[in-house]
Amino acid sequence: MLRLNKLTKTYKTGDQALKAVTLDIPEGQVLALIGPSGAGKSTLIRCINRLVDPTSGTVHLGDVELTGLSSSGLRRERRRMGMIFQEYALVERLTVMENVLSGRLGYVGFWRSFLRRFPQSDVDEAFRLLDRVGLAHMADKRADELSGGQRQRVGICRALIQNPALLLVDEPTASLDPKTSRQIMRLICELCRERGLAAIINIHDVALAQMFVQRVIGLRFGAVEFDGPPEGLTPDVLTTIYGEEDWEATIEKVEDDEDEVEAQ
Amino acid sequence: MPVKDLKGRQIWQPRTGRESLFHWVLWLIGIAIFAVCWQRISESTTWFFVWDAPRIANDIWTRATPPRWEYISQLGKPIWDTLNIATLGTIIALILAIPVAFLAASNTTPSRYFVRPIALLIIVATRSINSLIWALLLIAIIGPGVFAGVIAIAIRSIGFCAKLLYEAIEEIDTTQVEAITATGATRWQVMVYGIMPQIMPALAGVAVFRWDINIRESTVLGLVGAGGIGLQLSSSLNVLAWPQVSLILLVILAAVVISEWVSAKVRGAII
Repeated sequence: MLRLNKLTKTYKTGDQALKAVTLDIPEGQVLALIGPSGAGKSTLIRCINRLVDPTSGTVHLGDVELTGLSSSGLRRERRRMGMIFQEYALVERLTVMENVLSGRLGYVGFWRSFLRRFPQSDVDEAFRLLDRVGLAHMADKRADELSGGQRQRVGICRALIQNPALLLVDEPTASLDPKTSRQIMRLICELCRERGLAAIINIHDVALAQMFVQRVIGLRFGAVEFDGPPEGLTPDVLTTIYGEEDWEATIEKVEDDEDEVEAQ
Repeated sequence: MPVKDLKGRQIWQPRTGRESLFHWVLWLIGIAIFAVCWQRISESTTWFFVWDAPRIANDIWTRATPPRWEYISQLGKPIWDTLNIATLGTIIALILAIPVAFLAASNTTPSRYFVRPIALLIIVATRSINSLIWALLLIAIIGPGVFAGVIAIAIRSIGFCAKLLYEAIEEIDTTQVEAITATGATRWQVMVYGIMPQIMPALAGVAVFRWDINIRESTVLGLVGAGGIGLQLSSSLNVLAWPQVSLILLVILAAVVISEWVSAKVRGAII
């Protein structure tokens, strides 16, 4: 469904953030992208929806090649890629409802969006999504009144109302407490399953990634070092991705966590 | 180096010996310049007028008090004109300043090397000329009256408003803009959803602040014939009608105090 071929990004400063990354993601697969800070995780997902333009290589979403698109073609394809951000990236001074509906901007004309006259079907869908994430009663609140976990749920709604085929998720839990982090990860993965969405989730927390996803990609210095199931993350593998460290504790914690989750 | 090693003990001083000598020399030069200037100014002052000042001031004070209260019936219309000049001028200035600000902000300008310098030039040019001078020019072009005053205030305010706005635009949170862009929104939609909400507080603050300033500026525009209460002020001064002058000054003071109060209220409501 999504195919990256030798995707390379070299920044103006000369830093090579991505070195010929080739990846193939089938329909409906949720994938975690792990790696140390600066490994190119954020650059990778931003090269897919071209918030950052890749230097070379190609990205295919279905049959459409994204890197060569004109700006209007790119906007049309961006509608099929929902994005969820690290610091939520909600427009703070707009209401929750406006934030969710902003996910429909690619579908409505300028004046309709300027006057906030979205089609009723979009509003219905927004309420349905807010209800699904448990925030229906918050629709009229301003985004900056919400807590971190609530904001991220609104961010998820904004991405889903685009009716995407793919979710690009950039550190969804980085500014959340451990419990909320798990809830958010669980919610994202559940929604992906419900809707058959593929997702790329950048994540720092290896244990959390192992808990929820079917496939893990390890990135180091812009190159893929590991590609396999979460069980394949042995101490040796983590050492090649992150460098030397005692990994036993991290992996053991994962097993404990899983027991705990199942017990709940 | 500020840290010295004195018999095994670390001594720290804010400056080294050479630096503190340099500071002393700088102070010496500064004081010398001040003394010379003082001398020059007192040489070219006609001290007779200065010694005379308290008596003249006292004289004007006795002539100007009490204010001629019944004159107030003729001031209603001019002060209303003055308020209108300030308000309309500010509104026109804001309407023109918003596009200029978007063209001048380095993160929203369509072209950094062509459009941005033009926008910055507009900002500098309109800001650097006093509204009194704009009024003089405009009176020559469109004739005396309130309209010239409105346009003078508007032109003068564009640069001020656009400068503060474009600084606000340059300081916005880019991730919010990124998020809106990622939904497939057009450039205009990104502006309305990603940028405008973030600069609304700045826009409202600038509008009220500039309105406040413009009330003061528009009171003097009448001096050159651009309408408003300044017209009364200059004609009263010309005939040495000091009781009228003092009443006009009181009315201006009241208008400014009220505008100050309104803008403080509005600013409080925004933040």
